[in-house]
Amino acid sequence: MNSKLKILYNGIVAENPTFVLMLGMCPTLGTTGSAMTGMSMGLATMGVLICSNVVISLIKNLIPSKVRIPAYIVVIATFVSVLQLLMQAYLPALNAMLGIFIPLIVVNCILLGRAESFASRHGVLDSCLDGIGIGLGFTFALTLLGAVRELLGTGRIFGAEIYPEVYGSLIFVLAPGAFIALGLLIALFTKLRASKC
Amino acid sequence: MKSSLLNMVLSLGIITIIAAALLAGVYTITQKPIEEAQLNKQTEAVSAVTPQFNNNPVAEMVEITPEGETTPVKVFPAKMDGQLVGAAVESYSLAGFSGEIRLMYGFDADGNITGYEVMSHAETPGLGAKMGEWFRSPEGNRNVIGLNPATTNMTVKKDGGDIDAITAATITSRAFLDALTRASKAYGQLKEAN
Repeated sequence: MNSKLKILYNGIVAENPTFVLMLGMCPTLGTTGSAMTGMSMGLATMGVLICSNVVISLIKNLIPSKVRIPAYIVVIATFVSVLQLLMQAYLPALNAMLGIFIPLIVVNCILLGRAESFASRHGVLDSCLDGIGIGLGFTFALTLLGAVRELLGTGRIFGAEIYPEVYGSLIFVLAPGAFIALGLLIALFTKLRASKC
Repeated sequence: MKSSLLNMVLSLGIITIIAAALLAGVYTITQKPIEEAQLNKQTEAVSAVTPQFNNNPVAEMVEITPEGETTPVKVFPAKMDGQLVGAAVESYSLAGFSGEIRLMYGFDADGNITGYEVMSHAETPGLGAKMGEWFRSPEGNRNVIGLNPATTNMTVKKDGGDIDAITAATITSRAFLDALTRASKAYGQLKEAN
């Protein structure tokens, strides 16, 4: 496989941040009450991840190794703050929906993990592709989990009714259902990956 | 790169200066749109709940502390040609199931409820979060719109009142009515002052 495509494939399937690496569980469980919020959270994280990966791979040779982690955190925190200001200004409804989870992107270990294990060792283009791949993998996982929880909990997907809400089981909208649905999806994903290899 | 005190201080210093400059720039650009977005939300909620008016309720907002309490609520008087025809009251309750709930209630000149909008809450999705629709539904005794807190017992049936609580969310329903009573009290004080 082409090495550039391989980076994308790695991020989405082989090293899917949610189903394989199991990083960033806090927003995964917290923002997937519906497919829409899950997808928005995934896209927001992807935006920050691409920017931070690119910048970190650009400055990787200028940073002394002993202070690299604080330097990465400053870069990530800056992009998260920029994102939050932009969302407050231009997408206030979405910002209200995701609430505290936007500033919490700073401590999402996917970002620091990719900075440390990928962007600080690869060129700008590869780091950007890694950000896109991992970001898409995260968005895919969150949207899928959100859709499953929304369907089982309220009978809807992206707000479109599939079956009447009264037959939904509320537990899937609440926190326990997040764990149950995530566990089942991880099992399914692992099974699918194992049968392919 | 090898770490020495000088290059560590310099590199971190330069990175934080650039970050600060970038943030300051974005903050300046987004400051106005953010203020407008917040004001819009308030203005929309005020016009959604109050009777017809031709003044600017947001500009004429007054803070009124309901009797026997310490925290003021925001009252937006709605006037027609200078005559008070009602008001929107941004009220709150701390009696909710998880944290504070904030609602905008509208009243007409006689104190009848003309509408309400949920501003912010953290109630359970699917249960307490239904308050946005529940209390305007025509079924049973759910609807509060058109009622007057002065003549109706604004508590849930379980507490001997006239209002149907949300199924499986009595606590949220009590909080909703608690905020409503607070808003109505503040509106009464506004009318007395006028």
